[in-house]
Amino acid sequence: MTKNVDHEVEVTAITQVADTVKRFRLVPVDGKTLPIFSGGSHAVVTMRGTDAGGAPVLYRNPYSLMSSPNDPSYYEISVLKVLNSRGGSHFMHDRVKVGDRLSLSNPVNLFPVEHLGRKHIFIAGGIGITPFMAMMDGLAAQGGPFELHYGFRSRTHGAYWRDLQDRYGEARVKLYCEGEGQMIDADQLLEHQPLGTNLYICGPGAMIAFFTDKARQAGWPVENIHSEQFLAPPSGKPFLVKLKKSKIEFMVGEHQSILEAIEAHDIDANFLCRGGACGQCETAVCGMDGEIQHNDHYLTDDEKQSGKKIMICVSRFKGGELVLDL
Amino acid sequence: MLVSGIKSRPVYQGLEVDPYARRHLFALGGEGALALLERPELKDAEFRAKAEILYAADGSTHATALQAAGAAGYWQAPSIPTLLTRLHVMLSTAHMGLRLYTAGTEGFIGQVMKVGTDAGVNFHSIRTEHRGSLARRMSCVHCKGITENVTTSPFVCSHCGLTLLVRDHYSRRLGAFQGVCINAEVPAEIPPVEELYK
Amino acid sequence: MSIAFKKETFRDDFTFRNSPAAIRRFPFPFAEDSYMYAVNIEPHVSGKTGSVFEHPIDVDEHYVGEMEDRAKVLAEDPLRCQALPHMMPAQWDLLELLMESKAKSYPDVFSLTKDGDKWHWVNKALGIDDKFTFGDTSTLPYEPMEYVTRQSQGDFCILDQRDNNLWMDAGMVTTQADWSLDFDIGMNFMEWHGPVPLAHQLGVFERALKFMLNLQHGHPVRRFNWTMTINPRLDTSPENYHKWGPDRTTVTPENVGEKVHLRVELQSFFRLPRSNAIVFPIRCYLISMQELVTIPKWGRRFHRVLKGLHPDLADYKGLTRYRPTVVEWLSQYDDGAPTSPGWDPE
Repeated sequence: MTKNVDHEVEVTAITQVADTVKRFRLVPVDGKTLPIFSGGSHAVVTMRGTDAGGAPVLYRNPYSLMSSPNDPSYYEISVLKVLNSRGGSHFMHDRVKVGDRLSLSNPVNLFPVEHLGRKHIFIAGGIGITPFMAMMDGLAAQGGPFELHYGFRSRTHGAYWRDLQDRYGEARVKLYCEGEGQMIDADQLLEHQPLGTNLYICGPGAMIAFFTDKARQAGWPVENIHSEQFLAPPSGKPFLVKLKKSKIEFMVGEHQSILEAIEAHDIDANFLCRGGACGQCETAVCGMDGEIQHNDHYLTDDEKQSGKKIMICVSRFKGGELVLDL
Repeated sequence: MLVSGIKSRPVYQGLEVDPYARRHLFALGGEGALALLERPELKDAEFRAKAEILYAADGSTHATALQAAGAAGYWQAPSIPTLLTRLHVMLSTAHMGLRLYTAGTEGFIGQVMKVGTDAGVNFHSIRTEHRGSLARRMSCVHCKGITENVTTSPFVCSHCGLTLLVRDHYSRRLGAFQGVCINAEVPAEIPPVEELYK
Repeated sequence: MSIAFKKETFRDDFTFRNSPAAIRRFPFPFAEDSYMYAVNIEPHVSGKTGSVFEHPIDVDEHYVGEMEDRAKVLAEDPLRCQALPHMMPAQWDLLELLMESKAKSYPDVFSLTKDGDKWHWVNKALGIDDKFTFGDTSTLPYEPMEYVTRQSQGDFCILDQRDNNLWMDAGMVTTQADWSLDFDIGMNFMEWHGPVPLAHQLGVFERALKFMLNLQHGHPVRRFNWTMTINPRLDTSPENYHKWGPDRTTVTPENVGEKVHLRVELQSFFRLPRSNAIVFPIRCYLISMQELVTIPKWGRRFHRVLKGLHPDLADYKGLTRYRPTVVEWLSQYDDGAPTSPGWDPE
């Protein structure tokens, strides 16, 4: 029911902030302002271009908003150039120039600061630093207590570490450069935190699993552990999808999600997080000749087994054909 | 298990022990002692070494058994308010890794949870078990006064004297059910007093 | 567009009346001849000019009278306006939403000028002209939610979103249909809806909650609720039940037209930007039976709806005592002719 309204923005600055990270400053066109957002929010950026053969391509990726939540005159996002990119991050790095226009969804927050928390500990790995930048900006303005523990591969690889320490001080910003052998001491970190402390982890899946596990084993309740992972939809063998209502059929490519394939055919499907977590893209399955590969964190085990629902932003299919109620 | 079907009432899941907790803090009232005494974990020395008990006997006879259970700490409160005061102070210096458990009447549980959430403990992380009387703590919607141990409907508010209907609407924040004047429309029309919540 | 604000009361002598224009724009909530709960949520988009949907926040001829009544309710019972400590950012979000909306929709009554965080708010209808610093509570005579809702019709509940649920952690509630903010504050979505009969079995609340959790900024939604009130009394709180409860016994066949009112709540839901909370305005509209039947379609339809209403619903809405008398009175306006679908007058 909720459609994804786009804001038209212009890229007014591109800054190389680390080896493979570029920051983009996005300003609304037509003199409008962008919505104020809460730290931890992301927006889905729509990139339109042409591929090598001149055919139009559409990329849609969610990026955390790292700029100050209270300044609606611009947004900033940071994009990591991913090695095995499905196209989006390479497009941003190699094709987007200052002056280009992009579309942005409204900000959506699936990783908010817990209002009832007494203290907030942020653990960032690599590009996972981005949501925390806005969250810390918001907390600092309110005087809320926080600590950042930021791990990165090398000083040139990690983005913003110097800015963050300059801004918030060494007491609140702890840096761990892997290349220099510095590692977060999880046990010590988790041992003596006051009741009401919340832990937030953003980074690679293994890092999230590691700290979540450590926190649980230190007796932290799951309610105090939060994480966000930037998951690209998994790849897999191409398969055939039929849309019952739209009366079309097409192949979903190896590095393309069902949602992306639908969008490539100019059909407007519902989405929000594009990462299998929020439920917005839930689609009814009319029929299938094969097996659904559920890659989401949203459907219950029963729902997954029933084969009647699929989260089209991340899940795939193996077999003859998948018929969807779209 | 308490009667389900009252949507605003929490589900008291039982005193399931968190195997990872560094400290287990039990706030027990009355028959709630049995909720811990019946736990299989109590046989485990390692568990007992991390367990602390605050107990308000509130008319029950389990103090001796509870004290003899061998927990690392045991303190008997002379009353529920004094137990809550002690709990508040203990939580104010506690660390993450402490798991809070509470068992007893619904009113007792509600008050303990209030102390816990005020200290920053996430409401969902507190393990609860109902034991003992179904008597209700009642909040009078008119004067906001709390009347303890209500077993009948209607009942008389102990503060403002209005005759109140016991509604099946519960506030965790107050740890009490809602009482609404039962004879506002026609003062003479008072349904007979029924003992419903023993 | 200027509004002629009326001088009227919602208690004691009950001088409240709807003008003919107010009757015609009344949000009659029944699209069919019968009523049952549904997740009847629709996008809160701008509707017909002059209708209650034209603007996101509707201001009508009863504005001044309602605000005066609110001030009286709060003087008698300050517990009607409460906010838990962590809701301050949400309070400021709400102030911004209501001020910007009203200034945009009704520029001859409200104006808002900003110079960075220095804001200047003028409310001509209530004779208010205040300068304050956005974000600094000490520059306002009340906390932001109380300040702006003392100048906005209807009740307001601010719902904090956390733990995959919504929590009623702040509100200004003086025109409610029989629920207590002081009791319900701090409850989550399922808990505060606890007393509503039948709806839980229908799964209405599960679906509604899932939908609300994904509510997006810039895409408000709305739905309607209804009940009935004897005399045009806005404050039908449980706290004051002993004051208005007896009114239910005073309905006679002769006074139905004047005393019995249909009470409709236009409920909307807006995502708030800084706090990520949801504000839930509950705007209350009253119409007496004699005003209602001046629209023939509504007279017919409401007779049928009320007659066929499930007894549990009638009970929960407090209609049981006087329902037969009202149904009987309405029957004279129902000639059995078919009514068109939808709510607009024919």
